[in-house]
Amino acid sequence: MNKEVKNIKKLIVNQSLELDCGKIIKNFPIAYETYGTLNKSKSNAILAFHALSGDQFVTNINPITKQEGWWATAVGPGKAIDTNKYFVICINVLGGCMGSFGPKEINPDTNELFGTTFPVITIRDMVKAQIYLLEYLGIDKLLSITGGSMGGMQVLQFASLYPNKAHSAIPIACSASHSAQNIALNELGRQAIMADPTWNNGNYFKTNLSPDKGLAVARMAAHITYLSKKSLQEKFGRKLQDTGSLKFSFDADFQIESYLRHQGTKFVDRFDANSYLYITRAMDYFDLEKQFNGNLSSAFKNTKSKFCVISFSSDWLYPTIENKEIVMALNACGANVGFVEINSDKGHDSFLLNVPKLLKTLSEFLNSTYKEINNEKRI
Amino acid sequence: MKKEFEVISQIIQNNKRVLDIGCGDGTLMEYLKFNQQNDVRGLEPQKDLVQKCIAKGLSVIEGDAEKELVQFPDKSFDYAILSQTLQAFLFPEKVLKQLLRIGKQTIVSIPNFGYWKIRLHLLFKGTMPLTKNLPNEWYNTPNLHMCTIQDFVNFCKEKNIKIDRSLCLTNERISEITSGNMLYKNIFSQLGIFLIK
Repeated sequence: MNKEVKNIKKLIVNQSLELDCGKIIKNFPIAYETYGTLNKSKSNAILAFHALSGDQFVTNINPITKQEGWWATAVGPGKAIDTNKYFVICINVLGGCMGSFGPKEINPDTNELFGTTFPVITIRDMVKAQIYLLEYLGIDKLLSITGGSMGGMQVLQFASLYPNKAHSAIPIACSASHSAQNIALNELGRQAIMADPTWNNGNYFKTNLSPDKGLAVARMAAHITYLSKKSLQEKFGRKLQDTGSLKFSFDADFQIESYLRHQGTKFVDRFDANSYLYITRAMDYFDLEKQFNGNLSSAFKNTKSKFCVISFSSDWLYPTIENKEIVMALNACGANVGFVEINSDKGHDSFLLNVPKLLKTLSEFLNSTYKEINNEKRI
Repeated sequence: MKKEFEVISQIIQNNKRVLDIGCGDGTLMEYLKFNQQNDVRGLEPQKDLVQKCIAKGLSVIEGDAEKELVQFPDKSFDYAILSQTLQAFLFPEKVLKQLLRIGKQTIVSIPNFGYWKIRLHLLFKGTMPLTKNLPNEWYNTPNLHMCTIQDFVNFCKEKNIKIDRSLCLTNERISEITSGNMLYKNIFSQLGIFLIK
């Protein structure tokens, strides 16, 4: 389990928020981070939504994990999402474990950690909770909202809930409703955690142990889905670890095994197993089409945002076809939408990696949007 | 901007909703959007061109018109534009049908295969014509269904498509096609531009 989360920016929301599950939460914390400077007219703010395993530390060195932020390739001074020019905000999602209200927080009613008594949250709950920070910062309308994977789902949900709160929206490698395959893969991860005896029905904090093995297996399985067959083959092939010969044992003979094990162990240091359950659940419950009685297009019928939908050719987790469904729904209601599938062999993870065409598209789309809204103001 | 695009922009005027199919690098869209305040969308199959458009602030969708036009509702645009691409489709008739459904009016331009230089090329050289407008060899041309101005007009008649305006272009000069000058225009024009519905 990850270490104590201290000295991070937090907003305590004193309004009450009714969750989709029916429970009402109040006086809850949302942890956030910002980069760059908000300009006088408050017109240069970009809200970035993080994915399943991300947090509010988009770029620079994450003060908790001491690793580079999850989107350091795209966000920073002089980068595609240029923090010399834009003010970038990111908020740890509800249910997360980096300071926002989640299963690792103390339940004021019992004075114990929530664990699995934490209410099941949804993508819509996550997005609603983030609005309070925008109010607090006094930002009426964002220049853009963006994010990949679960971050992209939040973009869609935000655009639907708040049709006039963002000039532009960039959902990347995502889907408007989680597919059976994606639910299945998330369930695999959850079951791995639950099968770890130390999970103890979510009460592991009482024993001072944590289901590290289960969480590591969940992460290993998920990590495979973020890559493509081709990228795995090219990077690892059948290359052997250490001695260069098979050991006739169940040690990590192959480099790919050792790589996955490393990914698993690295992850448990910074992530909470219960959070993993809650966040994957929120992703599975996401079905924007169902929210609008089977008509995805009506989710966007009032939207004023200009969309740029981006997918990756080798992403089999959120394939182009699912991204295109979003584009079609937007077109069907006459929304302003552009779409490009970016050629990349790097699978779903492409959105986090140094994929020049992605970075170029992000930078140019934001730049043109920024120019356009500033021109409008002059007129 | 090339003459053809000037003609198309003049037809469209200001403050309309326009869909440009096969919008390329977005030259026409850019003009329509920024100089004439139209609300413009584009569809383009080539990734690098789509990216160029997005960089210019144009809303362009990567996709193939033969498959993707179905997503647009009926009469959702004032104008649907198809500039010199009809001949490149596998099923031009189906694409045209979609355009007429989506656009209140449709602007189609076609390179005229009846142009005298093309006729002479085939007649005297006996090989598939190569011109400035049609620079590809028979084996690598994207053009699957070439037609003449007369062919297109006949087609519209046969399919009950109403032609509101027919224009032709020769060496940057624009003129109207009438039933009286059709024979002549079909020989001396490089490009036909039609406003249909």
